[in-house]
Amino acid sequence: VSPAPDLDRRDFLNATVAVGGGLMLALTLPGHAGKASPAHPAGKSQSQINAWLQIAADNSITLIVDRSEMGQGVYTALPMLMAEELSVDLDTIKLAAAPVGDAYISPGNGGQITGTSNSVQESWEKLRTAAAQARIMLIAAAAKRWRVDPSQCHASNGTIFHSSGRMLSYGEVADAASKEAVPKDVKLKAKGDFEIIGRSRARLDSPGKVDGSAEFGLDVNLPGMLHAVLAQSPTLGGKVKVLDAAAAEKMPGVRRVLSTDSGVVVVADHFWQALRARNALKITWDAGPNAQLDNAAISALLKKTAAAGDGQVARAEGDVAAALKAAKQTLHVGYELPLLAHATMEPMNCTADVKAGGCDLYVGTQVQQMSQAAAAAAAGLAPSQVRVFTTLLGGGFGRRLEVDFIPPAVEASKALAAPVKLIWTREDDMTHDLYRPPAYEQTSGGFDAAGKLSAFKLHVTSPSITARWSPPVKGVDDSVVEYAINFPYDVPNLAITYSRQEIGIDVGYMRSVSHSPNCFAIESFIDELAAAAGKNPYDYRMELLHKKPRHQRVLQKTAERAGWGRAAAGRHQGLAFMEGYTTHLAQAVEISIESGELKVHRIVCVVDCGQMINPKIVESQIESGIIFGLSAALWGEVTISAGKVQQTNFNNYRVLRGNEVPSIEVHLLESDESPGGIGEPAVALVAPAICNAIFTATGRRIRTLPIGTQKLTSI
Amino acid sequence: MLPIGSQRDGVVASIKINDQVVEVDAQGDTPLLWVLRDHLAMTGTKFGCGMALCGACTVHIDGAATRSCVLPLSAVGTRSITTIEGLSKDRSHALQRAWLEIDVPQCGYCQSGQIMSAAALLEANRRPSDADIDAAMSGNICRCGTYARIRKAIHRAAELLSADSSTGISK
Repeated sequence: VSPAPDLDRRDFLNATVAVGGGLMLALTLPGHAGKASPAHPAGKSQSQINAWLQIAADNSITLIVDRSEMGQGVYTALPMLMAEELSVDLDTIKLAAAPVGDAYISPGNGGQITGTSNSVQESWEKLRTAAAQARIMLIAAAAKRWRVDPSQCHASNGTIFHSSGRMLSYGEVADAASKEAVPKDVKLKAKGDFEIIGRSRARLDSPGKVDGSAEFGLDVNLPGMLHAVLAQSPTLGGKVKVLDAAAAEKMPGVRRVLSTDSGVVVVADHFWQALRARNALKITWDAGPNAQLDNAAISALLKKTAAAGDGQVARAEGDVAAALKAAKQTLHVGYELPLLAHATMEPMNCTADVKAGGCDLYVGTQVQQMSQAAAAAAAGLAPSQVRVFTTLLGGGFGRRLEVDFIPPAVEASKALAAPVKLIWTREDDMTHDLYRPPAYEQTSGGFDAAGKLSAFKLHVTSPSITARWSPPVKGVDDSVVEYAINFPYDVPNLAITYSRQEIGIDVGYMRSVSHSPNCFAIESFIDELAAAAGKNPYDYRMELLHKKPRHQRVLQKTAERAGWGRAAAGRHQGLAFMEGYTTHLAQAVEISIESGELKVHRIVCVVDCGQMINPKIVESQIESGIIFGLSAALWGEVTISAGKVQQTNFNNYRVLRGNEVPSIEVHLLESDESPGGIGEPAVALVAPAICNAIFTATGRRIRTLPIGTQKLTSI
Repeated sequence: MLPIGSQRDGVVASIKINDQVVEVDAQGDTPLLWVLRDHLAMTGTKFGCGMALCGACTVHIDGAATRSCVLPLSAVGTRSITTIEGLSKDRSHALQRAWLEIDVPQCGYCQSGQIMSAAALLEANRRPSDADIDAAMSGNICRCGTYARIRKAIHRAAELLSADSSTGISK
């Protein structure tokens, strides 16, 4: 996906970059135990070498990370990229979260955005180059001091050495180095010379996460801070009709009850007081336009639009219509996917401190600029007057690409002239998510007279996520067919099309975005085609990938590792393949079904993600994606009745627990290709691999998710 | 200072946390979780669900793993509370060492609760089996899916504990 930022581009281009101006957020890191102050001014003794590096006179080195840490490991992987070229000790450096700044705009995401699994992909050249430039500038400054030629000097472990044996620390020449010209055409280390990249290093953010000192948005604590909760319309899209706050206002600790566009904000001295007072509010809601909305209506609407026409063409090769017409045998099947909730462990929250002439925002966000713009609009300030301090994120999964929880905190802080932390309860979070959109995905396949697959068509009908972002998408919304347009199989006549059908509520990006629904449809249907052709699903995929050795290698290794075709008695296997986020991967699952009860025993996943930075984190992310995908495949479903979301907490929105995890085996393939993304792709393969195994076990095709709602007895 | 376990005017209570007696000015129905987080600025204990469904708020009450999000302050009494901040002063608890060795956390938000549940398990059972771990840990949700490493780290901590006890180091 390529979401564009929801603000006028001029606003953020004009916004203060201020990388040297004390906007850094100090983190708790090894060697720096204890809680750092959330706002940690850089101070005058710091020299800013470039947008990613500050060096103090005492040689303490701060690397600035411009991607948000939400568990995916960027606070380790990105510093590793820099440390490789900068020659510094990872265990002694400090990290700081980047402020809002032009230097931190992701070209691929169109803003300062952590998403689309591209943090390492985009940083791979950029950060190594920036670090190499900094090293050359430091050496140049030292050489000038010594009046020697820079070629006689080298840098190692935070120190510059001259061939005579003289040495200077980075800190001693940092100020002079910051004034050196930025060198062009720097030569980066060859793979064979890597000392850090490609090795499993301990995560830099782990120590604070085992002693409770790591600071998430929920943990922000400012002097004089008040606490707030928000009452939102139980019906999605509804508004307050009548508010009676008399009883709530008299409750202990309550400072103010405030009507905002987001709902009613209750501000109190403590969270619990605010929550108790919220229960005492008497609100009559205007249910708004979604009062009749429910799942049956959404499903019927998608199917009606799907039947009305093919929609816009996202990718076309050959002539699918003609090939289907000429086909000896055709297959037409529809797959249906539900709304899903992100359910991050840390519920949405935001702390705002609106002061004279500015606002400080402390927030776990994936979108720093949009957070700044949302706060500025709510406070009546220019974006440049809002400073964004990014905390650690207690899960993102795309939920924190949204800024809906920011304005009410800012409005409350402005109204009370005090810092305010606004926290959503789990119920608020579950019932007011920007849900993964539902989709109806129709597939058609045709075999020619020789039995060869001559046509493949996928027609996706779904609401658009990106249309809500600015500037509005014209043409096909990539975020809905993102994986499908990468369709990897060799079929002479291919069409991927999209019909946009809105459903009355806004939907959002969720980890793996369209890869999950697209991959479910494509990988299930490839299996159906294999069965129709009388072929083994593995052999069939290998044939259709005959022009793609990198894809074939992954599939072949998967079959080897999983023991494809050699399932134990009573067990059944299923397979899925995907190329997404420039990563190639396949999963083979092993299941059993007894009395209609599914048990997933084993998931084998083979991954070629190109050059790995930290294999241990790659492995964690793949496991993480599999578990996320497994929760969704088995149970994930948000249902709506009369415009209200029926799931409220983890008792009725079930997610995988530790005792329910199957054996997961991740195999990482060495590769010299550029790095691919690893945070999202593994999510998408779980559902089709399991459903394909269910077919082997029962002869029943599961075409509607989640699996838990479907009958699994044998046909 | 009020005697431990007593309350005054229904709003000031005296409780024992991490071996220290503290007075807090909070209504008796305030869950211990929010007393810790809001009144005492001990934010290592997390809010996840508010219904004892996810385990992010797990602390020890007299050594037993307890969900602090549903335990009212008025029900704490004289019992002794241990939070993640009190597990060790320097990340030296066997579980913290094992957690770092295996690099368990991802986003990390649930990890305080995971570690506190595991600590109560190890206190009661120095050599837990996989089934023991399942039983003790199934109340703690991790959306990042760190479960396999959690299991591995608990087994590793059990080894570290037995090595420590054979060399006379306590913890």
